Amino acid sequence: MSDHSLASPPPKRRFRIGRRVLPYLLSMPALLVCIGILVPFVTAALYSLQRYRLSQPWARKYNWGENYLNFLSDPSFWNTLKISLVYAGTTVTLELFLGLGIALLLQKRTRFNNFVSIMLLMPLMTAPVLAALMWKLMTNSGFGILSYMVSLLGIQDFRWASSPDTALLTVVLVDIWVYTPFIMILLLAGLRSLPSQPFEAAALDGVPRTFVFWKITLPMLMPYILTATLFRLLDSIQQFDIIYAMTQGGPGDKLTVFQVEAYLNFFQSTNIGRSAALMMILWAITFVLSNIFIKNWLKLRERAR
Amino acid sequence: MRENSLIESWLRGIAIAVVILFFMFPIVWIILMSFQTNETILRIPPSVVFEPTLDNYRALITGKLETNAASLDIAFMRNLGNSVLLSVGAVALALILGVPAAYSFARHKTRFSEDIAFTLLSFRFAPPLLVLLPLTIYFQKLGLSDTYFGLIWVYQLICLPLILWIVRGYFEDISEDVEYAYRIGGHSWFSTFRKIAVPLAGPGIAAAGLLAFIFAWNNFIFALVLASADKQPVTVGALAFVTASGIQYGQIAAAIVLSITPTLLLALYAQKYLVEGLSLGAVKG
Repeated sequence: MSDHSLASPPPKRRFRIGRRVLPYLLSMPALLVCIGILVPFVTAALYSLQRYRLSQPWARKYNWGENYLNFLSDPSFWNTLKISLVYAGTTVTLELFLGLGIALLLQKRTRFNNFVSIMLLMPLMTAPVLAALMWKLMTNSGFGILSYMVSLLGIQDFRWASSPDTALLTVVLVDIWVYTPFIMILLLAGLRSLPSQPFEAAALDGVPRTFVFWKITLPMLMPYILTATLFRLLDSIQQFDIIYAMTQGGPGDKLTVFQVEAYLNFFQSTNIGRSAALMMILWAITFVLSNIFIKNWLKLRERAR
Repeated sequence: MRENSLIESWLRGIAIAVVILFFMFPIVWIILMSFQTNETILRIPPSVVFEPTLDNYRALITGKLETNAASLDIAFMRNLGNSVLLSVGAVALALILGVPAAYSFARHKTRFSEDIAFTLLSFRFAPPLLVLLPLTIYFQKLGLSDTYFGLIWVYQLICLPLILWIVRGYFEDISEDVEYAYRIGGHSWFSTFRKIAVPLAGPGIAAAGLLAFIFAWNNFIFALVLASADKQPVTVGALAFVTASGIQYGQIAAAIVLSITPTLLLALYAQKYLVEGLSLGAVKG
Protein backbone atom coordinates (compact mmCIF):
# COMPACT_ATOMS: atom_id res chain seq x y z
CA MET A 1 0.00 0.00 0.00
CA SER A 2 2.64 2.49 1.07
CA ASP A 3 4.87 1.44 -1.81
CA HIS A 4 2.10 2.18 -4.21
CA SER A 5 1.48 5.60 -2.75
CA LEU A 6 5.17 6.43 -2.93
CA ALA A 7 5.39 5.32 -6.51
CA SER A 8 2.45 7.38 -7.65
CA PRO A 9 2.90 11.07 -8.37
CA PRO A 10 2.17 13.41 -5.44
CA PRO A 11 -1.33 14.93 -5.41
CA LYS A 12 -1.40 17.89 -7.67
CA ARG A 13 -1.36 21.31 -6.15
CA ARG A 14 -4.61 22.50 -7.65
CA PHE A 15 -6.50 19.90 -5.70
CA ARG A 16 -5.10 21.19 -2.45
CA ILE A 17 -6.46 24.62 -3.24
CA GLY A 18 -9.61 23.03 -4.54
CA ARG A 19 -10.31 21.23 -1.30
CA ARG A 20 -11.29 24.37 0.54
CA VAL A 21 -13.39 25.82 -2.25
CA LEU A 22 -14.77 22.50 -3.41
CA PRO A 23 -17.71 22.11 -1.00
CA TYR A 24 -18.91 25.57 -1.95
CA LEU A 25 -18.33 24.93 -5.62
CA LEU A 26 -20.30 21.69 -5.53
CA SER A 27 -23.27 23.15 -3.72
CA MET A 28 -23.30 26.23 -5.95
CA PRO A 29 -25.90 24.91 -8.44
CA ALA A 30 -28.21 23.93 -5.58
CA LEU A 31 -27.66 27.38 -4.08
CA LEU A 32 -28.54 29.05 -7.37
CA VAL A 33 -31.77 27.07 -7.55
CA CYS A 34 -32.54 28.25 -4.01
CA ILE A 35 -31.99 31.86 -4.98
CA GLY A 36 -34.05 31.39 -8.12
CA ILE A 37 -36.93 30.29 -5.92
CA LEU A 38 -36.40 32.87 -3.18
CA VAL A 39 -36.76 35.73 -5.69
CA PRO A 40 -40.40 34.93 -6.54
CA PHE A 41 -41.01 34.37 -2.85
CA VAL A 42 -39.93 37.93 -2.06
CA THR A 43 -42.00 39.16 -5.00
CA ALA A 44 -45.06 37.41 -3.57
CA ALA A 45 -44.43 39.05 -0.21
CA LEU A 46 -44.30 42.46 -1.92
CA TYR A 47 -47.47 41.77 -3.94
CA SER A 48 -49.26 40.96 -0.71
CA LEU A 49 -48.57 44.52 0.45
CA GLN A 50 -50.01 46.09 -2.68
CA ARG A 51 -53.37 46.98 -4.07
CA TYR A 52 -52.87 45.03 -7.28
CA ARG A 53 -55.63 43.98 -9.64
CA LEU A 54 -54.89 42.99 -13.24
CA SER A 55 -58.17 44.59 -14.26
CA GLN A 56 -57.09 47.97 -12.83
CA PRO A 57 -53.34 48.19 -13.48
CA TRP A 58 -53.40 51.99 -13.09
CA ALA A 59 -54.57 51.70 -9.48
CA ARG A 60 -51.60 49.55 -8.46
CA LYS A 61 -49.88 50.92 -5.36
CA TYR A 62 -48.55 49.90 -1.97
CA ASN A 63 -51.31 49.81 0.59
CA TRP A 64 -49.10 48.05 3.15
CA GLY A 65 -51.08 45.89 5.51
CA GLU A 66 -54.49 46.68 4.06
CA ASN A 67 -54.93 43.29 2.33
CA TYR A 68 -54.28 41.59 5.65
CA LEU A 69 -56.43 43.99 7.67
CA ASN A 70 -59.32 43.45 5.26
CA PHE A 71 -59.22 39.72 6.05
CA LEU A 72 -60.37 40.43 9.61
CA SER A 73 -63.78 41.59 8.41
CA ASP A 74 -63.93 39.34 5.35
CA PRO A 75 -66.27 36.35 5.85
CA SER A 76 -64.88 34.57 2.78
CA PHE A 77 -61.40 34.62 4.32
CA TRP A 78 -62.71 33.06 7.54
CA ASN A 79 -64.52 30.50 5.43
CA THR A 80 -61.23 29.65 3.70
CA LEU A 81 -59.40 29.33 7.01
CA LYS A 82 -62.16 27.22 8.52
CA ILE A 83 -62.56 24.85 5.59
CA SER A 84 -58.77 24.39 5.27
CA LEU A 85 -58.46 23.47 8.94
CA VAL A 86 -61.51 21.20 8.84
CA TYR A 87 -60.21 19.48 5.71
CA ALA A 88 -56.70 18.96 7.11
CA GLY A 89 -57.99 17.91 10.54
CA THR A 90 -60.52 15.42 9.19
CA THR A 91 -58.30 13.80 6.58
CA VAL A 92 -55.24 13.45 8.79
CA THR A 93 -57.18 12.09 11.79
CA LEU A 94 -59.02 9.50 9.72
CA GLU A 95 -55.90 8.53 7.78
CA LEU A 96 -53.92 8.14 10.99
CA PHE A 97 -56.43 5.73 12.55
CA LEU A 98 -56.90 3.77 9.33
CA GLY A 99 -53.18 3.74 8.56
CA LEU A 100 -52.29 2.54 12.05
CA GLY A 101 -55.00 -0.12 11.93
CA ILE A 102 -53.83 -1.46 8.57
CA ALA A 103 -50.18 -1.38 9.65
CA LEU A 104 -51.06 -3.46 12.73
CA LEU A 105 -52.96 -5.92 10.52
CA LEU A 106 -49.97 -6.35 8.22
CA GLN A 107 -47.30 -6.24 10.91
CA LYS A 108 -46.16 -9.86 10.60
CA ARG A 109 -43.60 -10.36 7.84
CA THR A 110 -45.43 -12.95 5.79
CA ARG A 111 -45.31 -13.14 2.04
CA PHE A 112 -49.04 -12.34 1.84
CA ASN A 113 -48.75 -9.27 4.08
CA ASN A 114 -45.83 -7.92 2.08
CA PHE A 115 -47.78 -8.44 -1.12
CA VAL A 116 -50.79 -6.56 0.29
CA SER A 117 -48.66 -3.67 1.51
CA ILE A 118 -47.13 -3.31 -1.95
CA MET A 119 -50.57 -3.36 -3.57
CA LEU A 120 -51.73 -0.63 -1.21
CA LEU A 121 -48.97 1.62 -2.55
CA MET A 122 -50.83 1.94 -5.83
CA PRO A 123 -53.31 4.63 -4.75
CA LEU A 124 -50.41 6.62 -3.30
CA MET A 125 -48.54 6.44 -6.60
CA THR A 126 -51.58 7.57 -8.57
CA ALA A 127 -51.49 11.30 -9.30
CA PRO A 128 -54.04 12.93 -6.96
CA VAL A 129 -55.70 14.72 -9.89
CA LEU A 130 -56.18 11.45 -11.72
CA ALA A 131 -57.44 9.81 -8.54
CA ALA A 132 -60.02 12.59 -8.25
CA LEU A 133 -61.06 11.99 -11.87
CA MET A 134 -61.43 8.24 -11.18
CA TRP A 135 -63.71 8.98 -8.24
CA LYS A 136 -65.59 11.53 -10.32
CA LEU A 137 -66.40 8.78 -12.81
CA MET A 138 -67.40 6.42 -10.01
CA THR A 139 -69.68 9.00 -8.40
CA ASN A 140 -71.27 10.20 -11.65
CA SER A 141 -75.00 10.52 -11.06
CA GLY A 142 -75.84 8.84 -14.38
CA PHE A 143 -73.74 5.67 -14.37
CA GLY A 144 -71.32 5.87 -11.41
CA ILE A 145 -70.92 2.58 -9.62
CA LEU A 146 -70.88 4.25 -6.20
CA SER A 147 -74.02 6.23 -6.96
CA TYR A 148 -75.65 2.96 -7.96
CA MET A 149 -74.51 1.23 -4.76
CA VAL A 150 -75.83 4.08 -2.63
CA SER A 151 -79.17 3.91 -4.42
CA LEU A 152 -79.31 0.17 -3.62
CA LEU A 153 -79.07 1.17 0.05
CA GLY A 154 -82.27 3.14 -0.46
CA ILE A 155 -80.69 6.59 -0.53
CA GLN A 156 -82.02 8.29 -3.62
CA ASP A 157 -80.48 11.35 -5.20
CA PHE A 158 -77.16 11.21 -3.34
CA ARG A 159 -75.17 13.76 -5.33
CA TRP A 160 -71.65 13.37 -3.94
CA ALA A 161 -69.37 16.27 -4.92
CA SER A 162 -72.08 18.33 -6.58
CA SER A 163 -74.18 18.75 -3.44
CA PRO A 164 -73.02 21.26 -0.80
CA ASP A 165 -73.91 18.77 1.95
CA THR A 166 -71.73 15.93 0.71
CA ALA A 167 -68.96 17.72 -1.24
CA LEU A 168 -66.58 17.75 1.73
CA LEU A 169 -67.26 14.10 2.45
CA THR A 170 -66.48 13.18 -1.17
CA VAL A 171 -63.13 14.97 -1.38
CA VAL A 172 -62.15 13.66 2.07
CA LEU A 173 -62.91 10.16 0.81
CA VAL A 174 -60.61 10.64 -2.20
CA ASP A 175 -57.90 12.06 0.06
CA ILE A 176 -58.21 9.03 2.34
CA TRP A 177 -57.98 6.72 -0.65
CA VAL A 178 -54.79 8.36 -1.90
CA TYR A 179 -52.93 9.12 1.34
CA THR A 180 -53.86 6.47 3.93
CA PRO A 181 -51.22 4.18 2.37
CA PHE A 182 -48.61 6.86 3.10
CA ILE A 183 -49.24 6.71 6.85
CA MET A 184 -49.66 2.94 6.70
CA ILE A 185 -46.31 2.35 4.97
CA LEU A 186 -44.39 4.62 7.35
CA LEU A 187 -45.96 3.11 10.47
CA LEU A 188 -45.47 -0.41 9.11
CA ALA A 189 -41.76 0.29 8.67
CA GLY A 190 -41.75 1.75 12.19
CA LEU A 191 -43.52 -1.27 13.70
CA ARG A 192 -41.19 -3.71 12.01
CA SER A 193 -38.11 -1.85 13.20
CA LEU A 194 -39.09 -1.95 16.89
CA PRO A 195 -36.80 -4.11 19.06
CA SER A 196 -38.37 -7.48 19.84
CA GLN A 197 -37.14 -7.96 23.44
CA PRO A 198 -39.87 -5.94 25.24
CA PHE A 199 -42.57 -7.86 23.36
CA GLU A 200 -40.97 -11.25 24.07
CA ALA A 201 -40.64 -10.38 27.74
CA ALA A 202 -44.28 -9.26 27.88
CA ALA A 203 -45.46 -12.45 26.17
CA LEU A 204 -43.40 -14.55 28.59
CA ASP A 205 -45.01 -12.81 31.55
CA GLY A 206 -48.47 -13.24 30.05
CA VAL A 207 -49.17 -9.52 29.88
CA PRO A 208 -52.56 -8.84 28.21
CA ARG A 209 -52.28 -7.71 24.60
CA THR A 210 -54.24 -4.49 25.04
CA PHE A 211 -51.83 -3.52 27.80
CA VAL A 212 -48.85 -4.30 25.56
CA PHE A 213 -50.34 -2.15 22.80
CA TRP A 214 -51.00 0.91 25.00
CA LYS A 215 -47.89 0.69 27.17
CA ILE A 216 -45.22 -0.67 24.82
CA THR A 217 -46.17 -0.55 21.13
CA LEU A 218 -47.78 2.87 21.04
CA PRO A 219 -45.13 4.77 23.04
CA MET A 220 -42.33 3.20 21.02
CA LEU A 221 -44.09 3.98 17.76
CA MET A 222 -44.79 7.58 18.76
CA PRO A 223 -41.88 9.21 16.89
CA TYR A 224 -43.06 7.55 13.67
CA ILE A 225 -46.68 8.53 14.28
CA LEU A 226 -45.65 12.11 14.96
CA THR A 227 -43.50 12.38 11.84
CA ALA A 228 -46.12 10.79 9.58
CA THR A 229 -48.89 12.98 11.02
CA LEU A 230 -46.96 16.23 10.66
CA PHE A 231 -45.89 15.28 7.14
CA ARG A 232 -49.50 14.70 6.13
CA LEU A 233 -50.77 17.77 7.96
CA LEU A 234 -48.31 19.93 6.03
CA ASP A 235 -49.51 18.50 2.71
CA SER A 236 -53.18 18.35 3.57
CA ILE A 237 -53.55 21.99 4.62
CA GLN A 238 -52.21 22.87 1.17
CA GLN A 239 -54.43 20.43 -0.74
CA PHE A 240 -55.22 21.68 -4.22
CA ASP A 241 -55.18 18.87 -6.79
CA ILE A 242 -58.02 16.73 -5.47
CA ILE A 243 -60.36 19.61 -4.63
CA TYR A 244 -59.67 21.54 -7.82
CA ALA A 245 -60.16 18.49 -10.06
CA MET A 246 -63.28 17.37 -8.22
CA THR A 247 -65.21 20.62 -7.66
CA GLN A 248 -62.97 23.65 -8.40
CA GLY A 249 -63.71 24.83 -4.87
CA GLY A 250 -67.47 24.51 -5.25
CA PRO A 251 -70.35 24.09 -4.96
CA GLY A 252 -70.40 27.82 -4.21
CA ASP A 253 -67.55 28.53 -1.84
CA LYS A 254 -67.99 25.25 0.01
CA LEU A 255 -64.45 23.97 -0.59
CA THR A 256 -62.37 27.09 -1.21
CA VAL A 257 -59.32 26.00 0.79
CA PHE A 258 -56.28 28.30 0.80
CA GLN A 259 -54.62 27.29 -2.44
CA VAL A 260 -57.86 26.93 -4.38
CA GLU A 261 -59.06 30.36 -3.18
CA ALA A 262 -55.70 31.95 -4.05
CA TYR A 263 -55.77 30.31 -7.49
CA LEU A 264 -59.31 31.56 -8.19
CA ASN A 265 -58.43 35.04 -6.86
CA PHE A 266 -55.42 35.20 -9.16
CA PHE A 267 -56.86 33.80 -12.37
CA GLN A 268 -60.58 34.56 -12.14
CA SER A 269 -60.99 37.76 -10.16
CA THR A 270 -57.36 38.73 -10.99
CA ASN A 271 -56.97 40.22 -7.51
CA ILE A 272 -53.26 39.55 -7.17
CA GLY A 273 -52.76 41.44 -3.92
CA ARG A 274 -55.37 39.38 -2.09
CA SER A 275 -54.13 36.13 -3.63
CA ALA A 276 -50.56 36.82 -2.48
CA ALA A 277 -51.71 37.79 1.02
CA LEU A 278 -53.63 34.50 1.28
CA MET A 279 -50.52 32.57 0.27
CA MET A 280 -48.39 34.43 2.82
CA ILE A 281 -50.79 33.42 5.59
CA LEU A 282 -50.73 29.80 4.43
CA TRP A 283 -46.95 30.01 4.28
CA ALA A 284 -46.81 31.28 7.87
CA ILE A 285 -48.92 28.31 9.01
CA THR A 286 -46.78 25.79 7.14
CA PHE A 287 -43.58 27.47 8.34
CA VAL A 288 -44.49 26.86 11.98
CA LEU A 289 -45.62 23.31 11.24
CA SER A 290 -42.56 22.47 9.17
CA ASN A 291 -40.20 23.63 11.89
CA ILE A 292 -41.83 21.26 14.36
CA PHE A 293 -41.79 18.58 11.70
CA ILE A 294 -38.11 18.96 10.83
CA LYS A 295 -37.12 18.54 14.49
CA ASN A 296 -38.95 15.23 14.70
CA TRP A 297 -37.80 14.15 11.29
CA LEU A 298 -34.14 14.77 12.20
CA LYS A 299 -34.48 12.60 15.30
CA LEU A 300 -35.90 9.75 13.26
CA ARG A 301 -33.22 10.23 10.63
CA GLU A 302 -30.47 9.97 13.22
CA ARG A 303 -32.01 6.74 14.42
CA ALA A 304 -32.25 5.31 10.90
CA ARG A 305 -28.55 5.92 10.20
CA MET B 1 -58.53 -19.54 24.00
CA ARG B 2 -58.58 -21.69 20.89
CA GLU B 3 -62.04 -20.47 19.83
CA ASN B 4 -61.05 -16.91 20.59
CA SER B 5 -58.11 -17.00 18.21
CA LEU B 6 -60.25 -18.58 15.50
CA ILE B 7 -62.74 -15.70 15.68
CA GLU B 8 -59.84 -13.31 15.71
CA SER B 9 -58.24 -14.71 12.59
CA TRP B 10 -61.63 -14.54 10.85
CA LEU B 11 -62.00 -10.89 11.82
CA ARG B 12 -58.48 -10.18 10.62
CA GLY B 13 -59.21 -11.85 7.30
CA ILE B 14 -62.40 -9.85 6.83
CA ALA B 15 -60.64 -6.59 7.75
CA ILE B 16 -57.85 -7.23 5.25
CA ALA B 17 -60.39 -8.12 2.57
CA VAL B 18 -62.26 -4.86 3.16
CA VAL B 19 -59.00 -2.89 3.02
CA ILE B 20 -57.97 -4.53 -0.27
CA LEU B 21 -61.43 -3.97 -1.73
CA PHE B 22 -61.51 -0.28 -0.81
CA PHE B 23 -58.03 0.52 -2.14
CA MET B 24 -58.02 -1.68 -5.23
CA PHE B 25 -61.59 -1.34 -6.44
CA PRO B 26 -61.27 2.13 -8.10
CA ILE B 27 -58.24 1.05 -10.12
CA VAL B 28 -59.83 -2.22 -11.23
CA TRP B 29 -63.09 -0.46 -12.09
CA ILE B 30 -61.37 2.20 -14.21
CA ILE B 31 -59.41 -0.47 -16.08
CA LEU B 32 -62.65 -2.35 -16.79
CA MET B 33 -64.30 0.87 -17.90
CA SER B 34 -61.49 1.65 -20.32
CA PHE B 35 -62.34 -1.51 -22.30
CA GLN B 36 -66.04 -0.67 -22.63
CA THR B 37 -68.05 1.32 -25.11
CA ASN B 38 -70.16 4.20 -23.86
CA GLU B 39 -73.29 2.08 -24.25
CA THR B 40 -72.10 -0.61 -21.85
CA ILE B 41 -70.74 2.00 -19.42
CA LEU B 42 -74.13 3.72 -19.26
CA ARG B 43 -76.04 0.49 -18.50
CA ILE B 44 -78.00 0.38 -15.29
CA PRO B 45 -77.44 -1.73 -13.28
CA PRO B 46 -73.67 -1.72 -13.96
CA SER B 47 -72.28 -5.10 -14.91
CA VAL B 48 -68.86 -6.65 -15.21
CA VAL B 49 -70.05 -8.75 -18.15
CA PHE B 50 -69.29 -6.96 -21.39
CA GLU B 51 -67.63 -7.38 -24.73
CA PRO B 52 -64.17 -5.81 -24.32
CA THR B 53 -63.19 -3.29 -26.95
CA LEU B 54 -59.94 -1.50 -27.74
CA ASP B 55 -61.72 1.41 -29.43
CA ASN B 56 -61.02 3.82 -26.57
CA TYR B 57 -57.29 3.21 -26.69
CA ARG B 58 -57.32 3.31 -30.49
CA ALA B 59 -59.02 6.72 -30.41
CA LEU B 60 -56.47 8.06 -27.96
CA ILE B 61 -53.45 6.71 -29.83
CA THR B 62 -54.56 7.84 -33.27
CA GLY B 63 -55.76 11.13 -31.80
CA LYS B 64 -59.01 10.91 -33.75
CA LEU B 65 -62.34 10.25 -32.17
CA GLU B 66 -65.19 9.40 -34.55
CA THR B 67 -68.58 10.08 -33.06
CA ASN B 68 -71.99 10.12 -34.71
CA ALA B 69 -71.95 13.88 -34.75
CA ALA B 70 -68.41 14.76 -35.69
CA SER B 71 -64.75 13.81 -35.66
CA LEU B 72 -62.93 15.10 -32.61
CA ASP B 73 -59.20 15.71 -32.23
CA ILE B 74 -57.59 14.46 -29.03
CA ALA B 75 -54.16 15.78 -28.07
CA PHE B 76 -53.71 13.20 -25.36
CA MET B 77 -50.69 11.48 -26.89
CA ARG B 78 -48.95 14.83 -26.95
CA ASN B 79 -49.68 15.22 -23.23
CA LEU B 80 -48.17 11.80 -22.62
CA GLY B 81 -45.05 12.78 -24.57
CA ASN B 82 -44.81 16.05 -22.62
CA SER B 83 -45.03 14.15 -19.34
CA VAL B 84 -42.15 11.89 -20.36
CA LEU B 85 -40.03 14.81 -21.54
CA LEU B 86 -40.71 17.00 -18.50
CA SER B 87 -40.22 14.24 -15.93
CA VAL B 88 -37.07 12.81 -17.52
CA GLY B 89 -35.63 16.31 -18.00
CA ALA B 90 -36.43 17.35 -14.44
CA VAL B 91 -34.89 14.21 -12.95
CA ALA B 92 -31.78 14.47 -15.12
CA LEU B 93 -31.21 18.08 -14.10
CA ALA B 94 -31.91 17.28 -10.44
CA LEU B 95 -29.37 14.44 -10.54
CA ILE B 96 -26.71 16.63 -12.16
CA LEU B 97 -27.27 19.39 -9.60
CA GLY B 98 -28.19 17.26 -6.62
CA VAL B 99 -25.74 14.35 -6.52
CA PRO B 100 -22.54 16.47 -6.28
CA ALA B 101 -24.26 18.76 -3.79
CA ALA B 102 -25.42 15.78 -1.73
CA TYR B 103 -21.86 14.46 -1.73
CA SER B 104 -20.46 17.77 -0.58
CA PHE B 105 -23.14 18.06 2.13
CA ALA B 106 -22.32 14.55 3.35
CA ARG B 107 -18.55 14.98 3.41
CA HIS B 108 -17.91 18.64 4.22
CA LYS B 109 -20.42 19.75 6.80
CA THR B 110 -20.33 23.51 7.21
CA ARG B 111 -22.92 25.95 8.52
CA PHE B 112 -23.31 27.20 4.98
CA SER B 113 -24.00 23.81 3.42
CA GLU B 114 -26.40 22.84 6.20
CA ASP B 115 -28.32 26.07 5.66
CA ILE B 116 -28.70 25.36 1.95
CA ALA B 117 -29.76 21.79 2.61
CA PHE B 118 -32.44 22.88 5.05
CA THR B 119 -33.63 25.71 2.84
CA LEU B 120 -34.13 23.19 0.05
CA LEU B 121 -35.96 20.90 2.44
CA SER B 122 -38.25 23.71 3.53
CA PHE B 123 -39.23 24.28 -0.12
CA ARG B 124 -40.72 20.81 -0.04
CA PHE B 125 -43.28 22.08 2.45
CA ALA B 126 -43.91 25.64 1.26
CA PRO B 127 -47.19 26.24 -0.58
CA PRO B 128 -46.33 25.90 -4.30
CA LEU B 129 -48.70 28.66 -5.42
CA LEU B 130 -46.78 31.19 -3.32
CA VAL B 131 -43.87 30.82 -5.73
CA LEU B 132 -45.87 29.94 -8.84
CA LEU B 133 -48.08 33.02 -8.99
CA PRO B 134 -45.22 35.56 -9.22
CA LEU B 135 -43.44 33.12 -11.56
CA THR B 136 -46.27 33.32 -14.12
CA ILE B 137 -45.55 37.03 -14.41
CA TYR B 138 -41.75 36.53 -14.52
CA PHE B 139 -42.07 33.74 -17.07
CA GLN B 140 -43.97 36.01 -19.43
CA LYS B 141 -41.31 38.69 -19.08
CA LEU B 142 -38.40 36.26 -19.52
CA GLY B 143 -40.06 34.42 -22.39
CA LEU B 144 -39.96 31.13 -20.48
CA SER B 145 -43.72 30.61 -20.41
CA ASP B 146 -43.77 28.61 -23.62
CA THR B 147 -40.69 26.47 -23.00
CA TYR B 148 -40.00 23.05 -21.56
CA PHE B 149 -36.93 24.43 -19.84
CA GLY B 150 -38.91 26.84 -17.67
CA LEU B 151 -41.08 24.01 -16.38
CA ILE B 152 -38.13 21.68 -15.85
CA TRP B 153 -36.43 24.36 -13.82
CA VAL B 154 -39.49 24.85 -11.61
CA TYR B 155 -39.86 21.07 -11.23
CA GLN B 156 -36.57 21.23 -9.29
CA LEU B 157 -38.74 22.34 -6.36
CA ILE B 158 -40.03 18.77 -6.20
CA CYS B 159 -37.06 16.75 -7.42
CA LEU B 160 -34.07 18.47 -5.86
CA PRO B 161 -34.97 18.20 -2.13
CA LEU B 162 -35.85 14.55 -2.64
CA ILE B 163 -32.61 13.68 -4.42
CA LEU B 164 -30.45 15.77 -2.13
CA TRP B 165 -31.70 14.30 1.13
CA ILE B 166 -31.95 10.66 0.07
CA VAL B 167 -28.61 10.55 -1.75
CA ARG B 168 -26.92 12.44 1.07
CA GLY B 169 -27.98 9.64 3.43
CA TYR B 170 -26.41 7.03 1.13
CA PHE B 171 -23.16 8.99 0.90
CA GLU B 172 -23.06 9.29 4.70
CA ASP B 173 -23.32 5.50 4.93
CA ILE B 174 -20.17 5.00 2.86
CA SER B 175 -17.09 4.76 5.05
CA GLU B 176 -14.73 7.64 4.46
CA ASP B 177 -11.80 5.24 4.87
CA VAL B 178 -12.54 3.61 1.53
CA GLU B 179 -12.36 6.96 -0.21
CA TYR B 180 -9.29 7.96 1.74
CA ALA B 181 -7.46 4.81 0.71
CA TYR B 182 -8.21 5.55 -2.92
CA ARG B 183 -7.05 9.14 -2.54
CA ILE B 184 -3.77 7.95 -0.94
CA GLY B 185 -3.25 6.01 -4.14
CA GLY B 186 -2.79 9.35 -5.87
CA HIS B 187 -6.22 9.66 -7.38
CA SER B 188 -7.85 13.02 -7.73
CA TRP B 189 -10.89 14.06 -5.78
CA PHE B 190 -13.03 13.87 -8.85
CA SER B 191 -12.06 10.35 -9.79
CA THR B 192 -12.69 9.27 -6.18
CA PHE B 193 -16.17 10.73 -6.43
CA ARG B 194 -16.78 9.15 -9.83
CA LYS B 195 -15.17 5.73 -9.29
CA ILE B 196 -15.84 5.09 -5.58
CA ALA B 197 -18.56 7.24 -4.07
CA VAL B 198 -21.10 7.28 -6.90
CA PRO B 199 -20.98 3.53 -7.64
CA LEU B 200 -21.29 2.70 -3.93
CA ALA B 201 -24.27 5.04 -3.55
CA GLY B 202 -25.61 3.78 -6.91
CA PRO B 203 -28.73 1.99 -5.67
CA GLY B 204 -29.69 5.03 -3.60
CA ILE B 205 -29.18 7.39 -6.52
CA ALA B 206 -31.25 5.17 -8.79
CA ALA B 207 -34.05 4.92 -6.25
CA ALA B 208 -34.07 8.66 -5.62
CA GLY B 209 -34.18 9.24 -9.36
CA LEU B 210 -37.13 6.89 -9.83
CA LEU B 211 -39.03 8.50 -6.98
CA ALA B 212 -38.30 11.99 -8.27
CA PHE B 213 -39.63 10.82 -11.64
CA ILE B 214 -42.85 9.59 -10.05
CA PHE B 215 -43.39 12.85 -8.17
CA ALA B 216 -42.63 14.97 -11.22
CA TRP B 217 -45.01 12.86 -13.32
CA ASN B 218 -47.81 13.14 -10.76
CA ASN B 219 -47.42 16.87 -10.32
CA PHE B 220 -50.37 18.96 -11.40
CA ILE B 221 -50.30 22.47 -10.00
CA PHE B 222 -46.95 23.57 -11.52
CA ALA B 223 -47.96 22.75 -15.05
CA LEU B 224 -51.54 23.96 -14.57
CA VAL B 225 -50.25 27.41 -13.70
CA LEU B 226 -47.20 27.65 -15.96
CA ALA B 227 -47.57 25.37 -19.00
CA SER B 228 -49.04 26.61 -22.25
CA ALA B 229 -51.55 24.35 -24.00
CA ASP B 230 -49.01 22.42 -26.09
CA LYS B 231 -46.61 21.80 -23.18
CA GLN B 232 -49.11 20.31 -20.76
CA PRO B 233 -48.42 16.93 -19.13
CA VAL B 234 -51.04 14.21 -18.65
CA THR B 235 -52.26 15.45 -15.28
CA VAL B 236 -53.36 18.78 -16.75
CA GLY B 237 -54.28 17.23 -20.09
CA ALA B 238 -56.58 14.62 -18.55
CA LEU B 239 -58.53 17.27 -16.65
CA ALA B 240 -58.80 19.42 -19.78
CA PHE B 241 -59.94 16.35 -21.72
CA VAL B 242 -62.72 15.71 -19.21
CA THR B 243 -63.89 19.31 -19.47
CA ALA B 244 -63.71 19.31 -23.28
CA SER B 245 -65.43 16.00 -24.02
CA GLY B 246 -67.26 15.34 -20.79
CA ILE B 247 -69.34 12.49 -22.20
CA GLN B 248 -66.68 10.26 -23.75
CA TYR B 249 -66.39 8.21 -20.57
CA GLY B 250 -64.63 5.25 -22.13
CA GLN B 251 -61.86 7.42 -23.54
CA ILE B 252 -61.53 9.30 -20.25
CA ALA B 253 -61.06 6.01 -18.42
CA ALA B 254 -58.51 4.86 -21.00
CA ALA B 255 -56.65 8.16 -20.68
CA ILE B 256 -56.51 7.75 -16.90
CA VAL B 257 -55.23 4.19 -17.26
CA LEU B 258 -52.50 5.26 -19.69
CA SER B 259 -51.51 8.12 -17.37
CA ILE B 260 -51.19 6.10 -14.18
CA THR B 261 -49.55 2.99 -15.66
CA PRO B 262 -45.97 4.35 -15.85
CA THR B 263 -45.86 5.48 -12.21
CA LEU B 264 -47.51 2.33 -10.92
CA LEU B 265 -45.01 0.13 -12.78
CA LEU B 266 -42.06 2.19 -11.57
CA ALA B 267 -43.40 2.11 -8.02
CA LEU B 268 -43.65 -1.69 -8.12
CA TYR B 269 -40.11 -1.85 -9.47
CA ALA B 270 -38.70 0.51 -6.83
CA GLN B 271 -40.97 -0.50 -3.94
CA LYS B 272 -38.02 -1.50 -1.79
CA TYR B 273 -36.92 2.14 -1.67
CA LEU B 274 -40.34 3.79 -1.50
CA VAL B 275 -40.52 4.03 2.28
CA GLU B 276 -37.18 5.72 2.49
CA GLY B 277 -38.01 8.05 -0.35
CA LEU B 278 -41.42 9.03 0.93
CA SER B 279 -39.99 9.97 4.32
CA LEU B 280 -37.01 11.76 2.70
CA GLY B 281 -34.65 9.24 4.22
CA ALA B 282 -35.97 9.33 7.79
CA VAL B 283 -37.49 5.84 7.87
CA LYS B 284 -35.96 2.72 6.38
CA GLY B 285 -38.28 0.02 5.08
